[in-house]
Amino acid sequence: MTGRARFTYTVLAFGYAFLYLPIALVILYSFNESRLVTVWAGFSTKWWSALFANEAMLSAAWLSLRIALVSATVAAVIGLAAGYALARVPRFFGRTLFGSLVIAPMVMPEVVMGISMLLLFVGADQIVGWPNRGFLTIAIAHITFSIAFVAVVVQARLADFDRSLEEAAMDLGATPWTTFRTITLPLIAPAVGSGWLLAFTLSLDDLILTQFVAGAQSETLPMRVYSSVRLGVDPQINALATIIVVIAACALIFSAWLTRRKA
Amino acid sequence: MRLVIALPYVWLATFFLLPFALVLAIAFGTNNPDAVPPIDLGVSLKNFTLLFTDDLYLAAWLGSLRIAATSTFVTLLLGYPMAYAIARARPSVRPLLLMAVILPFWTSFLIRVYAWMGLLASNGILNQFLRGTGLVADPGTILGTEWAIHLGIVYAYLPFMVLPLYASLEKLDTSLLEAAADLGASPIVAFLTVTLPQSLPGIVAGCLLVLIPAVGEFVIPDLLGGTNTLMIGKVLWDEFFLNSDWPLASAVAICLLILLVGPIALFQRQQAKNLERQ
Repeated sequence: MTGRARFTYTVLAFGYAFLYLPIALVILYSFNESRLVTVWAGFSTKWWSALFANEAMLSAAWLSLRIALVSATVAAVIGLAAGYALARVPRFFGRTLFGSLVIAPMVMPEVVMGISMLLLFVGADQIVGWPNRGFLTIAIAHITFSIAFVAVVVQARLADFDRSLEEAAMDLGATPWTTFRTITLPLIAPAVGSGWLLAFTLSLDDLILTQFVAGAQSETLPMRVYSSVRLGVDPQINALATIIVVIAACALIFSAWLTRRKA
Repeated sequence: MRLVIALPYVWLATFFLLPFALVLAIAFGTNNPDAVPPIDLGVSLKNFTLLFTDDLYLAAWLGSLRIAATSTFVTLLLGYPMAYAIARARPSVRPLLLMAVILPFWTSFLIRVYAWMGLLASNGILNQFLRGTGLVADPGTILGTEWAIHLGIVYAYLPFMVLPLYASLEKLDTSLLEAAADLGASPIVAFLTVTLPQSLPGIVAGCLLVLIPAVGEFVIPDLLGGTNTLMIGKVLWDEFFLNSDWPLASAVAICLLILLVGPIALFQRQQAKNLERQ
């Protein structure tokens, strides 16, 4: 083995151990008999049964799933429009501002976005008596920061591919809408798909923004998890973490398969 | 076509831009616990004066910047060799290696931070290991210290560092390295004069992607840090949720935004440049 190869293997082994060891231990301790994370007291699935009997956790998960479905779908549509405008419309009024508005939510500190959106919702509620804080406000908040991620993926994909197909369709008399529907959309569908998945994951995972805009009645899964882990280590959370890791791995493999198929 | 532009434009103007105007307006108001919402509008600089004169807030600002900067640097030191090793791996295994870096990002952020709670507790897994192997007889508790916050930030944001670094290192023209070697440059000189400058866009993007969220981080200092460690994201959260002082929390948000406007603008400019190059 050459010195360079040894360097590569050492770096990768160390890096991936750092990334995965904590997750592996969380998964392992979900099967621990003892409540204490410090003692391995034998194999048990009791925390798993406790998790599936935990009504508050289950209803929080159900709410999170519904919000993620709605917000990922709306964000995919708006993000597709934004990405298309940025990649295909070279000049329009306020284009620079538009570009900044699309990218800024990616890097905006979440506490800042959270407080500002809450103030908007409270203000609107004071003036027009709408919206009530809950499902709707959480979904709006998630859509707003997810648009950026869809738009960036779509824009990169559009910048990548040959415009001559679109031009040929237009030359043959297709309207812009027909061209978009029959040529552009099928070509960028994988990008929209992975953008949707990303938006879905971000929505399922968001805590800070959600905590600000949720109101008193709604509790999403991350809010439930947060209030539980604040009190310390809880093996039920380990079991939940295991489920999330497995789902994430499946989603990632699926998304890689989508991208691979396009290539 | 107009609709394609108008839909995202109107959405983002309403739910992203307009709220900042409200935060700005309310930051100049005063707290009134009896009103609903607990705000008296007005033009008072009280909140801002407090933020820049009170020792507690000053400590929080400086603490956030210091912790975010050192963690970003450590993340770079760890992420650069990883990105380099992936970029130099066989092309057939690169997608798999990249996917393994991205996977933790797709799992829950909260869960990844939680993973360190069990590891770092006073009789947690790490300390048991240290005692068991006899490496350290009496290890102190890491959980609740600044060390734990640093570790949490490095762990949680490592993928954000590796991905842009990989993107710029993968494009690196290896013939330049061969040319440098032919001309007698040692591997270290070749690295410093060829590889490092060429990967500079990746370094800048990666560092910004870690630094910006780390300054305003809330979950990591809340779960891993102790009560003594002050970070500005946590101050904002506590002012809002515990003290119900909305105007002061808004003022913190405005200051945080002003502090980060430079890095954010730099990031946006770089993104725009990247897209033009494609």
